[in-house]
Amino acid sequence: MADVMTTEAPAAAHQSEGAGTGISNNKLLMWVFLGSECLLFGGLISTYLIYRSRFHTGPAPGDIFDIPFTSVSSFVLLMSSLTMVLALSALNRGDIRNNRLWLLTTALLGSLFIGGQVYEFTTFVREGLGYTTSPFSSAFFTLTGFHGIHVSVGIVMLMSLFISSLRGSLRQEHSETVEIVGLYWHFVDIVWIFIFTVIYLVPSPTS
Amino acid sequence: MSTTDIAQSGDTSHDGGHGDEGHEHPSDAKYIQIAAILGVLTALEVSTYFVNIGPALIPTLMVMMGVKFFLVAAWFMHLRFDSSLFTKFFVGGLVLATGVYMIALTAFEFWTKG
Amino acid sequence: MTATTTTPATVGEGAAAQPLGVYTRPKGGNGWRDWVTTVDHKKIGILYGAAALFFFAIGGLEALLIRLQMATPDGTVLGADMYNQVFTMHGVTMVFLVIMPLAAAFANYLLPLQIGARDVAFPRLNALSFWIFLAGGLFLNTSWLFGDAPTGGWFAYAPNTGVTFSPGHGMDFYALGLQITGIASLLSAMNLIVTVLNMRAPGMTLFKMPVFTWMILVVQFLLLFAIPVITVALFLLLFDRNFGANFFNPEMGSDPLLWQHLFWIFGHPEVYVLILPSFGIVSEVIPTFSRKPIFGYEFMVFSGIAIGFMGWGVWAHHMFVSGVGPIAVGAFTLSTMFIAVPTGVKILNWMATMWGGKLRFTTAMLFATGVVSMFTVGGLSGVTHAVAPADTQQTDTYYIVAHFHYVIFGGALLGFFAGFYFWWPKVFGHMLGERLGKWNFWTMLIGFNLTFGPMHILGLQGMSRRIDTYSPGFGFELWNLVATIGAFTIALGVLFFALNVIFSARRARGLPPVGPDPWDARSLEWFCPNPTPVHNFDELIQVESLDEFWHRKYGTDENGRIVRVATAEEVCQKGDATDVHLPSPSYWPVVLAAGFPLIGYGIMYNLWLCAAGGILVVMSIYAWVFEPPDDPDGAHGHEADGAAEPEEAPVG
Repeated sequence: MADVMTTEAPAAAHQSEGAGTGISNNKLLMWVFLGSECLLFGGLISTYLIYRSRFHTGPAPGDIFDIPFTSVSSFVLLMSSLTMVLALSALNRGDIRNNRLWLLTTALLGSLFIGGQVYEFTTFVREGLGYTTSPFSSAFFTLTGFHGIHVSVGIVMLMSLFISSLRGSLRQEHSETVEIVGLYWHFVDIVWIFIFTVIYLVPSPTS
Repeated sequence: MSTTDIAQSGDTSHDGGHGDEGHEHPSDAKYIQIAAILGVLTALEVSTYFVNIGPALIPTLMVMMGVKFFLVAAWFMHLRFDSSLFTKFFVGGLVLATGVYMIALTAFEFWTKG
Repeated sequence: MTATTTTPATVGEGAAAQPLGVYTRPKGGNGWRDWVTTVDHKKIGILYGAAALFFFAIGGLEALLIRLQMATPDGTVLGADMYNQVFTMHGVTMVFLVIMPLAAAFANYLLPLQIGARDVAFPRLNALSFWIFLAGGLFLNTSWLFGDAPTGGWFAYAPNTGVTFSPGHGMDFYALGLQITGIASLLSAMNLIVTVLNMRAPGMTLFKMPVFTWMILVVQFLLLFAIPVITVALFLLLFDRNFGANFFNPEMGSDPLLWQHLFWIFGHPEVYVLILPSFGIVSEVIPTFSRKPIFGYEFMVFSGIAIGFMGWGVWAHHMFVSGVGPIAVGAFTLSTMFIAVPTGVKILNWMATMWGGKLRFTTAMLFATGVVSMFTVGGLSGVTHAVAPADTQQTDTYYIVAHFHYVIFGGALLGFFAGFYFWWPKVFGHMLGERLGKWNFWTMLIGFNLTFGPMHILGLQGMSRRIDTYSPGFGFELWNLVATIGAFTIALGVLFFALNVIFSARRARGLPPVGPDPWDARSLEWFCPNPTPVHNFDELIQVESLDEFWHRKYGTDENGRIVRVATAEEVCQKGDATDVHLPSPSYWPVVLAAGFPLIGYGIMYNLWLCAAGGILVVMSIYAWVFEPPDDPDGAHGHEADGAAEPEEAPVG
């Protein structure tokens, strides 16, 4: 554990003279938070896995999942990670125009994903899978809903960045803020990488 | 804290080499390359839905998921270039979550009964 | 606002370019406004302590009601339903609103001082944690006003806590209230982890940190990873109760064990969250009053870390009779027995620290030895639970009640009292009286053993816990009466403490503050004068060794004997620095926190209220982000501001 402390970090904005890591407080805070989030999504995913075969009299996951559709929306979210990292890269270069462009693109791709989720949910409901239909349905909507809320919060943060960029207050020296929002965004993407494979692609029980 | 102290501590942390190491992020081309790999992997993953590969299915899916996971964390989240402390926090959370919840799933006989 | 500040604010105000023009930051002062807007870790620590003691009084009254009801067979003090509410709220209050915030009080006040910092990494976030905690605690307790306190026990086993068996809003108050206090704990954990990692004084490597700071760090990691698990469980319960989800509905094929697993995955680390801070306090008090360094410092630290890790692998020992299967029972029996090892290491190290030391039995030391002895009793009865066949007999009897009170009262709470007596001069500038202190200690210790000692016997005789009354003729009468007498003896002890606080403050009025080093102490916080000045350290301390403060006072002569080389007055700082730049107070923590109870009431009563709370939270977050980062007149001393508030990320 001692070697954790001797980690040499790049000259960060909030370098203290002390014996600390020299890492930016803000970035460390975000990573600590993401470590915590692993346990949150782990709990939701486990709940889903325990309940995925308990569909009572309602539709089974294997019957109702639309893999091609979800594949497309997963791809959209995956690509939003690329645009996110391009936004950061642009700001690091001082390229405000491209930073704005990619921030907005990322937010739009995220919204597209959320739109897809809304479509998926309404389709499921139409096909008889309501929130209260079975333990499976409750667990499914709760897990993907929590993920969707995380994406939505990310979109709000991205739009806040975009607007403050329009106001001229998001400059090259603020790239760490963009990086931190990016960390959150990529994490949400990573969670979906997991969900997409384990919940959708691994064959689910059918009725 | 006197100015000399600052100069000293500044020396250790503002050392040219480290600063470069921290700030030299990959080029946009590299990011696009990573994204392309991610896209191909996703396509391969989805293809298992259409092509029956038998008992190799779940291990194959897990490996591809792991690679995607790793690529995003290492490149897009900069874990490759950043302080190893971040990796420790993230991997710590991941390992703990995986361990604890896999024990819980075992208690629910998930692996045998699904 | 009138300019009551000591710093010339007029110059700065013109220069303060406020980004959106509306968000000025409040100025310092001394009235209630200062307490509400403070971001000073010391004031926040005091607020945590005061709030925790307030809830301690409530939880204590609930305990007395329970004991009154159980004093005689066929008790009629409380009805069955009221009894359920009282014991549930007693447990929830003591765990979440007393022990945890007391730990937060000590951690907030002392941790930055012990690592030689001027504040935590995120002062505003720190204030937010406190206000959210307070909002959650008050929210939970308002359930009494609505006549609907939770009834399901502190662990709230579903499906018993579903709408079918727990109609009314009691369990909603439970789930929402704990969700709110959970946010507070999580934020505080993140903040303190960053603080320990990033804010240490020069030379303060991790293995020069005091054991207390180490234990707090371990606790923050436990919280960081455990809180999200209970968050999931509470959300599932809320969705079941309010939106008709099917997580805990066996009729639809749900598994009742799901709640138990999720709750105890959180719950067992939580047990160590409760006890480790007290272990840390004891590890500071015992060396000081033995005039010896802590025995086996590395072992103390590593056993604490080991407890933290192993605490994640023992949760199902709470479920030995729930039908988890023989393999799980076997595995968790083993892991539970193993966790006794690092705990035993700590007990032995404390005793080895005292061995051959020049012991001074001040009140603080008495409480610390009380922890060592009483926790050992609780630990040993805990080992008997680890043995699954024995546990099968003990489950849901008063034997369990006896065990966890020996651990949490005898271990955690007595430790906090040791901390009160030890650090009172540090915080308030005067000592607590030793005479009343000893009365306080002995009445509490005797009362405690009278209350919970007999419960071992009652439990082994087969008396179930959580029953609201019992019939005569089972042999329960005598020991129940003794336990009730014990409970009132504890109350007397707490009364002595309250009197001590009042009398000591009155006695100290008009006198100069106590000298710099009343206990001949060892760690960094004693470099500051008593009470700690607002900026903590005049200049940051260059740390050379563990127990730096001690080593500046003492050296060794040519024969290797310890000799005094400096007086405390020479070593201590004067506290008269004027050029230290401190973070400004802020309105937004308290405003933001106020949104959460609104959301809570909204979910139960009216969704519009929910929306109002949500808007308040979101608006406060934006206001928080756009608030000018710092005091406009704080232009000086940039090199000295190790604790100058960093710009918080909008996401934080």
